[in-house]
Amino acid sequence: MSAAGALPANLIGFARLLRRAGLPVGPAETLAAGEALSLAGLSDRATAHAALRATLVHRREHFEVFDHAFDLWWRDPEAGQHARAMALLDGFREKTKPPPAARRVQEALHERRPAREPKPGEQKQELDVAMTVSEQERLRTMDFEAMGAAEIAEARRQIARLVLPLDDRPTRRFRPDPRGPRVDLRRTIRNSLRSGGDVPALARTRRRVKPPPLVALCDISGSMTRYAQILLHFLHALANRRARVSVFLFGTRLTNVTRALLKRDPEVAFEMVARILPDWSGGTRIGDSLAAFNRLWARRVLAQGAVVLLITDGLDRQGAEGLAEAAARLRRSCRRLVWLNPLLRFEGFQPRSQGARALLPHVHEHRPVHNLASLKALVDSLSGQPAPHRRAA
Amino acid sequence: MPVPDSVAATEALLAAEGYVADRALATAVFLALKMGRPLFLEGEPGTGKTEIAKALAAALPRRLVRLQCYDGLDISGAAYEWNHARQLMAIRLAEAAGTAADRERVEHDIYDRKYLLERPLLSAITGTPALLLIDELDRADEPFEAFLLEILADFQISIPEIGTIRAETPPVVVITSNRTREVHDAIRRRCLYHWVGYPDAARERAILAARAPWLPARLSEQVVAFVQRLRSGEWFKLPGVAETIDWANALAALDAKELDPALVDSTLGVLMKYEDDLAKLRGAEAARLVAEARGG
Repeated sequence: MSAAGALPANLIGFARLLRRAGLPVGPAETLAAGEALSLAGLSDRATAHAALRATLVHRREHFEVFDHAFDLWWRDPEAGQHARAMALLDGFREKTKPPPAARRVQEALHERRPAREPKPGEQKQELDVAMTVSEQERLRTMDFEAMGAAEIAEARRQIARLVLPLDDRPTRRFRPDPRGPRVDLRRTIRNSLRSGGDVPALARTRRRVKPPPLVALCDISGSMTRYAQILLHFLHALANRRARVSVFLFGTRLTNVTRALLKRDPEVAFEMVARILPDWSGGTRIGDSLAAFNRLWARRVLAQGAVVLLITDGLDRQGAEGLAEAAARLRRSCRRLVWLNPLLRFEGFQPRSQGARALLPHVHEHRPVHNLASLKALVDSLSGQPAPHRRAA
Repeated sequence: MPVPDSVAATEALLAAEGYVADRALATAVFLALKMGRPLFLEGEPGTGKTEIAKALAAALPRRLVRLQCYDGLDISGAAYEWNHARQLMAIRLAEAAGTAADRERVEHDIYDRKYLLERPLLSAITGTPALLLIDELDRADEPFEAFLLEILADFQISIPEIGTIRAETPPVVVITSNRTREVHDAIRRRCLYHWVGYPDAARERAILAARAPWLPARLSEQVVAFVQRLRSGEWFKLPGVAETIDWANALAALDAKELDPALVDSTLGVLMKYEDDLAKLRGAEAARLVAEARGG
């Protein structure tokens, strides 16, 4: 083992590189990687790559970042010390790491400050500075300025007070319950031994219940902006206070924002959401977005009888192409599909748009969601049984 | 126990059992064996995750202990359960013999190993060296994952009435997941991770040659070309390797020597399992893919 002395140092450099790119690589992973490398050998690139990836990475989403970092490191084990390599990896971190809350506070203090100009030196680096600036722009448009501070504060308070739905479903686990329907023999025998061999009283259990997974698909296209802002608050409260909630936003493309929303502080959460969103307030392609959800996510988040909240006004840029098929497929993959439509607030709403006509036959429920009262009604309905299926007139 | 001493040897060992592994997978398997860590295999259904465990168990050779996960799987289904009927009988017998007054003794007697029913996890750490396959962990719920952590950390199971049972020989552990739910980070961190993707054309041909050697060469060539093209399209569910093998066998059973559109149309149900996908594929689209597969 002639390389034994040099190896760990290089590896520590590589681990630092990965951490810099935002991957969760700790000392345990680094140690395991060292062991793996000494077992598999460094002679062959493919093997070394496989050995390091098996030990340093725990999920497929991180493969891309890992592969980039590995390329850099394999070509030049000292890459960790070069500014250019670091800048490249920082680009990844922008996408994976949350921004520090302190920055949010600073921005709040200087609300109207123009977007930061990139310093002359920065453009030389292979980093897409323009991207970050425009994301900052979107972030600004996301704030609740249009609504007035008092209204927002009030809405938030109201949302925080909403009692979250308890639509419990039976699970296959049991908990002790003296009046439960099922006898727990293991506990009965233990109890009987305590009292000297008799069978005094049967220990009983009852099924545990827990809420089913909840998946929200929220339209954030231009026509929905006002509602989407308020609803994001609602979804944030939901995601943080209930287990198994997934949140997706869509305009022309579908984005999973669940992890970002799980930040406790709503402001930090929304900043992260703004960062990963490709289009805030653009057009809508509901059919494509639902089809993408069906293809990429349905199997991963709809297991165990999920309830789906589809939040959209049904105004589709593409004339509802493919929407009916995608909605039908979605309905078949979940336990309950609820369409929340802000346009439903109007008396005598008729599903005239092509999108609404395509969507309506496939949803279990069609509900308004334009003010706090309708949110409250939604929460109440989530706690109860599905309403009878409403069809288009 | 003969553990392979290199990545190449691992590849050869799996190949001898009819499993065609790529370099990355062979490396992960080799490291899992050498480092004594569980191997966590994630990937789409039908890409051969369970088969890896079976082939490995046959190659080592080790006793294969399989735990199929499901929602609500608990200790009595996964690890052990007391044989309550026999325990009650023992208590009645003690009463009949007049020895039931000695409570300590009765308690000691009925919590004996012979009243313990072994379930897969306990079975895997007792008896002859085993390969423990925890299949489709994503189907189990979070409380079960937490319970699994203790076993994966130390290969031991605590039974309150008896004490802790430690593994004489730690089992080789293979965990699979279809990603219907994200498995928790704590489990991932204890394992070596490998994503099992769809194979490329060369490897898929090799898999067909290993798993269905009776296929005519032309047919298997065209089947692979067809499936590979199919996977580049947008479908609700892409066919896995398992479907490729099934389909090739179905075609062989119909005495096919080559693909032709009519034959493909009538057997597509073996390959694609969703009506929307089938409706889109049947007819013109399938005929186009057949022409491409035969041409190239």
